[in-house]
Amino acid sequence: MNHLSLPAFPLDNRRLVGIVFLAPALLYMLLLVGFPFVLAIAFGFSDVTVGNTDLNFVGLQNYLAVWENDVFRQVFETTIRFTLVSQVFILIFANILAIVFTQDFTGKWFARFIFILPWATPVSLAMIGWLWMLDTKYSPIDYLLLQTGFLGPNGILSSNRNLFWLATPDLSQISVIFVQVWRMTPLATVILMAGLSSIPTDILDQAEVDGSRFMRTLLQIKLPLILPIMVIALLFSMITMFGDMTVVYVLTRGGPVDYTRVLGLYSFQVGIEGGNLAQGAAISLFAFPLLLAMAIFMLRTASRAEVQ
Amino acid sequence: MGLLVWILHNFWALLVVLLLILVGLRIAWRFHKYGLNRAELSYILRRSPFYMVVLTFCFFAAAPFLIMFMHTFKTDGDLYRRPQPFVFRQDPTLEHLDALFNNTAYLDFIRNSVLVGVAVVVITLLLSLPAAYALVRLTGSWGERAGILMFLVYLVPPTLLFIPMFRIVVLLGLKDSPLSLIVVYPTFTIPFSMWLLSGFFKAVPPELEEAALVDGYNRVEAFLRVVLPLSLPGIISTIVFTFTLTLHEFIYGLVFIADTSQRTLSVGVPTELILGDVYFWQPLLAAALIIAIPVGLAYNLFLDSLVQGFTMGAVKG
Repeated sequence: MNHLSLPAFPLDNRRLVGIVFLAPALLYMLLLVGFPFVLAIAFGFSDVTVGNTDLNFVGLQNYLAVWENDVFRQVFETTIRFTLVSQVFILIFANILAIVFTQDFTGKWFARFIFILPWATPVSLAMIGWLWMLDTKYSPIDYLLLQTGFLGPNGILSSNRNLFWLATPDLSQISVIFVQVWRMTPLATVILMAGLSSIPTDILDQAEVDGSRFMRTLLQIKLPLILPIMVIALLFSMITMFGDMTVVYVLTRGGPVDYTRVLGLYSFQVGIEGGNLAQGAAISLFAFPLLLAMAIFMLRTASRAEVQ
Repeated sequence: MGLLVWILHNFWALLVVLLLILVGLRIAWRFHKYGLNRAELSYILRRSPFYMVVLTFCFFAAAPFLIMFMHTFKTDGDLYRRPQPFVFRQDPTLEHLDALFNNTAYLDFIRNSVLVGVAVVVITLLLSLPAAYALVRLTGSWGERAGILMFLVYLVPPTLLFIPMFRIVVLLGLKDSPLSLIVVYPTFTIPFSMWLLSGFFKAVPPELEEAALVDGYNRVEAFLRVVLPLSLPGIISTIVFTFTLTLHEFIYGLVFIADTSQRTLSVGVPTELILGDVYFWQPLLAAALIIAIPVGLAYNLFLDSLVQGFTMGAVKG
């Protein structure tokens, strides 16, 4: 039965086969993530640009320059604010939707298709839809508000014909957060669905035998049991959002002024568009401690959930 | 064409009528099955808030896509002059779809995306199938630690790495070539699919492999002939989600490739169909919708499998 020309003995060795199986993937990752990561740190300590690629050591100069830059401070704050505020809504909606979609109901397949679309569509393409929905002049939302009397000469919200969704400081931030919630909710929902469907059925059966009603089962059994998974869903979508630049790249390019500029976009604009690779690398590295903290917290929650 | 024109002219009315017919049929079916009595009526009343919630969420999720669909067929005059976004005042037209496919690089984008996606899926499977199996069955605690490390790597966002990656791509001479993406994309697809696959491998009973070993298979054969065939549904869903991950990626594609004809869908559409301040709105919206629908269907088809992979990956088996 042995179709491989190698002698059978090494292939029976569990440890050896394990190492051989794992090595290619590990090496690939080490080379293409580990090396660039080290390079990112090295760039941060150098004066490398797109034009001049020599790595000259300049110490902490880039990091200090970035840290003392007012724009960076604002960008950092905006990134954290976007991430935190959107999570509140994502968590609320994802909980409702996860409960909805773990039940059986008529038309579930189609409803699930619709609700998953915002997440399935490539982000940059979905943002084109929102770019139109929130257009300064042609926004269909503005049109509806205009027809219902919320906008226009005697409008309740504004006497203008438009709200300028992406062009005023407050509204542009609200728009970006709304769109992020719109596209990230399905992901959190799916993770929560995994949590809900992993609750052992005998616990739920027992609850039913004991006469527990829907709300009571939900609040006293399901929610506490999926709390660790909720933390994982939360951190997962936080990390995804924290590193995202696509939404603001397509919608606002960071404008008006700096109001919707997030860390990833700022790093791109300084590093690639501005050609200052060193400072761009330094900017994105400021995200690393926060990301690491979130990731470790997430893993600890996950392993604690396993112990129980 | 005549039918399409009629549908688009009566779009919202048709949508509402269709919904009402479906609801009506469902209620009629229930009455037919359980009889028209008080208990049945109160059951329907009790269930209706639930459906309202579903409907509301669905509306918010679908709104931009409905608008995309309508606007694909609008003439320029209808779109820009005294706009009424929800009705057609001029007959719908196919000219923008025609322009999208014949006058833009859209087909190039699709070709590049498919090329990159397929190549990345192949590389990812070759590396992550054995690796995921090793994590689950062959390596002990150090394998588990390697798995956690992999997972941490998956959480490193592209925005942290794109600058050094860009330098490496330039040094390798891969700038402006889809090859650069084929080399770099596995850095996030490998951890993702290892995580998903290990969930599916855990679901295979270890007794089956032991039986195979007793029958004279070696470890590699047991993996190839017992574990892989049994995990086929999981592997297929891993392929689907790996492919869509590459379809979604934006930053690397934007940074590595400046040549229009070499760009992928996610980068090409929003950067090349917008020229400065000139937005080609109908082709833009159509281009987005044409990709959104098949990806959405694929996600929905394989969602149960994804949820299962998540669950198995999270719970020790």
